[in-house]
Amino acid sequence: MTFTAPHIDWAHLSPVLVVLGAAAISVLLEAFVPARRRRTVQLSFSVAALAGAIVAVAALWSGVKSSGGVRVLGGSLVVDGPTLVLQGTIALLALVSLLIIADRTSTGEDAFAPSAASVPGSEYEELARRQGVQQSEVYPLVLFATGGMLIFPATGDLLTLFVALEVLSLPLYLLTGMARRRRLLSQEAAMKYFLLGAFASALMLFGIALVYGYSGSLSYRAIAEATKNPTGTDTLLLVGAVMLLAGLLFKIGAVPFHAWTPDVYQGAPTPITGFMAACTKVAAFGALLRVVYTVIPGLQWDLDVVLWTVTILTMVVGTVIAMVQTDMKRLLAYSSVAHAGFILTGVVALDPAGISAVLFYLLAYGAATVGAFGIVWLVRERDEAGVVLGEATHLSQWAGLGRRYPWHAGIFALFLFSFAGIPLTAGFVGKFGVFSAAVDGGAWPLALLGVLASASAAFFYVRIVVLMFFSDAPVEESATTSEPESETDVAVGTGAAPAVATLVAQKAPALTTTVVGTEGFAAVAIALCALATLVLGVFPTPVLDAISHMSTFLP
Amino acid sequence: MSSDFPWLTALIVWPLVGAAVLWLLPTGARRHTRTVALALTLVEVALGVGALLAFDTGAAGEHQLLETHQWIPSLGVSYAVGIDGVGLALILMSVVLVPLVVLAAWREQGSEDEPSDRLRQFLALALVLEAFIVAVFAARDVFFFYVLFEAMLIPVYFMIGMFGGAQRRYAAIKFLIYSLAGGLIMLVAVIALYLHGPGGPDGFLTDNLTGLALDPTLEKWLFAGFFLAFAIKAPMFPVHTWLPDAAQNATPGTSVLLVGVLDKVGTFGMLTLCLPLFPSASRWAAPFVIVLAIVSILYGALLAIGQKDLMRLIAYTSVSHFGFIVLGIFAFTSTSVAGSSFYMVNHGLSTGALFLIAGFLVARRGSQQIADFGGLQKVVPVMAGTFLVAGLSALSLPGLSTFISEFLVLVGTFARHPGAAIVATLGVVLAAIYVLWTYQRIFTGPVRDGLETMPDLRARERWAVGPLIAAMVVLGFVPGPALDLVRPPASVTLHQVGVTDVPASAAAEGSNP
Repeated sequence: MTFTAPHIDWAHLSPVLVVLGAAAISVLLEAFVPARRRRTVQLSFSVAALAGAIVAVAALWSGVKSSGGVRVLGGSLVVDGPTLVLQGTIALLALVSLLIIADRTSTGEDAFAPSAASVPGSEYEELARRQGVQQSEVYPLVLFATGGMLIFPATGDLLTLFVALEVLSLPLYLLTGMARRRRLLSQEAAMKYFLLGAFASALMLFGIALVYGYSGSLSYRAIAEATKNPTGTDTLLLVGAVMLLAGLLFKIGAVPFHAWTPDVYQGAPTPITGFMAACTKVAAFGALLRVVYTVIPGLQWDLDVVLWTVTILTMVVGTVIAMVQTDMKRLLAYSSVAHAGFILTGVVALDPAGISAVLFYLLAYGAATVGAFGIVWLVRERDEAGVVLGEATHLSQWAGLGRRYPWHAGIFALFLFSFAGIPLTAGFVGKFGVFSAAVDGGAWPLALLGVLASASAAFFYVRIVVLMFFSDAPVEESATTSEPESETDVAVGTGAAPAVATLVAQKAPALTTTVVGTEGFAAVAIALCALATLVLGVFPTPVLDAISHMSTFLP
Repeated sequence: MSSDFPWLTALIVWPLVGAAVLWLLPTGARRHTRTVALALTLVEVALGVGALLAFDTGAAGEHQLLETHQWIPSLGVSYAVGIDGVGLALILMSVVLVPLVVLAAWREQGSEDEPSDRLRQFLALALVLEAFIVAVFAARDVFFFYVLFEAMLIPVYFMIGMFGGAQRRYAAIKFLIYSLAGGLIMLVAVIALYLHGPGGPDGFLTDNLTGLALDPTLEKWLFAGFFLAFAIKAPMFPVHTWLPDAAQNATPGTSVLLVGVLDKVGTFGMLTLCLPLFPSASRWAAPFVIVLAIVSILYGALLAIGQKDLMRLIAYTSVSHFGFIVLGIFAFTSTSVAGSSFYMVNHGLSTGALFLIAGFLVARRGSQQIADFGGLQKVVPVMAGTFLVAGLSALSLPGLSTFISEFLVLVGTFARHPGAAIVATLGVVLAAIYVLWTYQRIFTGPVRDGLETMPDLRARERWAVGPLIAAMVVLGFVPGPALDLVRPPASVTLHQVGVTDVPASAAAEGSNP
C-alpha cells in the first residue's frame, strides 16, 4: 500500500515551528545549562524565539495578502489573512508578557514558587526558599502554550483544533499553580482550571464526534459543504455544534462557562494571569471566528439564538458582578468576561466588517490587559519593617496610590480608560468598530446593550481611578515612619531591617502599599503597552488598514 | 472661507502645548507657575482675536476658517474644524473666561506667596479643558465632536475630584457617570447615523450627514439619542441633578468653566447637530422639548430660591437659564434662535462673574452657607457692587447684555407659542426673587459677627471680575456686533429645520440702536 506523504509547506508553518522548536530546545536548555546561568539563557532564548515568530509572520504577510491564503499539511492548517493577524497579535502579546514573567523585584524575587512541587508549609518548601532556588521551567511552558495558541486559530480540521486546545491549555494549568505566594490559593486555582478545562474539552470532543457523525469528515471544508443546506432532521448536528461552541466559549470565558475565570485569574501568578487573559482570549476568539464563519455558517439561523443569549448574558453578568468585587484581580477577571461579551457582539453579527473589528479589539484589549496586570504585579504590601510582601490586591489598599506613585497610577488609569472605552484610547476605537459591525449586521439591540453595559462598567473602572487619585492612603503615618527607617538602613548597613524594626517604636501591625522596584523588564513591557494603547487610540489608521486587508477567511 | 493660517488648529493646540509646559516646568521655574499660566492664556486670547479678525462677519451664517484632513479614513473620520458666527462667539467667550479663572485661582490650592504644586496641576488641567472646549465648538465632523464630547469629561473630572470640597469624590463620579451614560447612548446614534449616510472616508463630516432623507422613525430615535446626551450636558430637567453637586463641591474656577462654558456644549450641540441633522424629528419633538424647557425654567428658579448654599443656588439658576436657551432654540423663529445663541454667550459672562465673586466671598468667610453672611455692604462695598451687577444680569435687567438675549428669546417664542412665552416670563419674576433675596441676605442688614474686618476686592480680583462686568454693560448698550454674529446662523438653522420664520416684530428689530 502506498502512502503519499502530505506536502509540508515549511515556510507557512514557520511561526509555529519557531516557537514549538524553541520550546523543545528550551527543555533541553533547562536540563543541561548550569543553574547559575539558566535564567539568563532561557530568557534571551525565549525572547529570541518569540521575536523570530513575529519576524516570520511579517515575512509571510505580503504573500498571504496577495494570494488570500494557503492550506498546509493537507488542509489541517489554514494560513490566511486572519491567521497571520492573530498569530502576530499572539506573538507580540506573548513577548510583552514574557518580559513581565521574567522580571524580578529588586530583592531578586520572581513571581514563581521556588519549588512548585513542594507541599505548601512543608520543610522542603522552606528549604527551597532559603536556598534561593529560581524557577526557570516557566519559559518552556510559556513557549509551549504560545505554540498551541499560534496553531489554535489556524486549524483546518476539528482534530487539530482539539490538539491545539490541549497543547495550549496543559502548560497553562501548570503555570497557574506555580505562584510564589498564597500557594494554596494558586494550587486550588490550578486544580479548578484543570478540572473545568478537562470537562470543557470533553464536551467539545463529544461535539466534534457528533459533527463528524453528521458530515462524515473532520475537515472544516467538508463540514461546511455538508451543513450548507441543513435539512429538518439534524438535531444531532445542532447539539454537536452547540457542544463544539461550548468548548470554545469556555476558553473565551463567556457566560455560562465563565466560572473558572475569577478563581483562576486570582490564584495564578499575576504575570501569568496577564499572559492568559490576553493571549488565550485572542487565540480562542480566533478559533471561534473561524468556526462560526467557515464551518457552520449554514446553521446561522439556528445558532443565532444561542449566540445572542450567550452574548447578552456575558455582557450583563460580567458587568454586574464586577461592580461588587473588592479584589483587584477578580475585578479585572470579571471585566475581561464583560469584554468577551463586547467582542462577541462583533462575532454574532456575522458581518464581514465584524472580523476586522474583532481583530483590532483583541489587539487593543490584549495590550491594555497585559499592562494592567503588570502594574497589579508591581503594587505590593509592605510591613512596618519595610519588608516587601506579596501583591496588595484588595481595592482599599490602592487608595491614595496616585499621590505617591503618579506615573504608575496614571498608566493604570490609562488602561482602565481603555477598558471603559473612553475616546482617544485604543479601547474606544475597538468598541466603536465592534458596535458598528453589530449595528450594520442587524444586531442593534446587542450594540445598545453593549453601550449600556459599557456605561455601567465605566462606574467600577472610574471607582478605581477615584480610589487612586482622590482618596488618601489609609495608613499614612506608617509611610512617614518608614522614611527614617530607610535612612538608618543606609547608615547601619545591609541586612539591618530586622534590627531597625526593634529600634523603631512598635506600632500596630500595619501594612502599607508600595510599588516595588524591579530589574526593569516589567517597566519596559508596561510602557510598550501604554504606548500601544495611546497610539492605537489616536492614530489607529495604519493598524486598522493593515487588518482590514487581511480579514477574509479562506473558504 | 478657508484661511491660510490655521487659526482654529492653533487655538486648539496652543492650550495643549501650554499644559505640557506647565506640567514639565522644571522645579526651579515653578515659582513663576502663575505668571506663566496667565501669559499662556493671554496668548490664547490674542489668537482668539486673530481668529475674529480673520472671520468675515458679513457672512456669519457660513462656516469659515475651515480645515479638513482625513484622520481615520477606514472609519470615515476626519479632523474637520470650522466655525460660524455662533461658534466664534462661544469660542471667544471661552478663551476670555480662562485667564480670569487663572487670576481668580491665584491664591487657591494652598498657595499664598509661592504657587503650590497642586495649583500647577490645576492650571494645567484647566488649559487641557480649554483646548478640548475650543475644539468641540469648532468640530465639523460628528465623530470628532463625539470624541471631544467624551474626552472633555476627563480634565473636569480630575478638577472636581482632586481640588474640590468635602463631597468632591461623589460629585465627580456623579458628573462622570451621567455624562458618560449620555455620551454612550449618543454613540449608538452616531454609529447608526453614519451607517445611513453616504459612508466612505468622509462619511462623518457634518456637512455630509446633513439633509439625509432618513426613515422618520429612525430619525426620531437618532434625535432622541443625541438629544438625551445634550439634555444631560445642558442640563435640563429631569437629568440636571449632577450640576448642583458638582458646582457645590468644585472650586469656583472649575465651576466657572463647568457651568459657564462646558454646559454650552449641550445647547450648542442641540443647535448645530440635532436641528440640522434631524429636521423633521426636531419639529416633531419641539412641543415636548418646549414643555421640558419651561419646567426647567420654573423648577430651577424655585429650587434656587430655596437653597441655603451659595454655590448650589447659582447652579440652580443656571438650570433655569438653560431652560430659556433651550426654549429659544426649539421655538423655531429667527429671533428666538438668535436670542438663544446670544444668551449662551451672556450666560457665560453672567454666571462666570457670579461664581467668581461668590468664590471670593466664600474664601474670605470659609463657608458656603448664605446664613453665615450678613451686612457686608458696609464692609466690602466694591464686592457688594459687583455682586449686585452680576446678580442683576442674572435677572436680566435692561442695560445689561442678558436683557437683550432674554427679551429676544421671549419675543421670538411669543410669535409662535404665546402660551409658552407667557409662562416662561414667570421665570423672570422668580429670578428677581432669588437674586434680590440672596443679595439682601448676604449684603444688607446688620453686619454679622467676625465679618467686620473682611477685606474688599484686591486689585487682582478686580481684574478677574472687571472685564466680565464691563463686557456685560457694553454688550447691554451696544449689542449690535454680537447680534450680527448670531443672527445669520439663526436664519440658516431655520432653513435647515424647514420651518418658515415668523416675521420678527418691529420691537425686536429695534433692539439694535
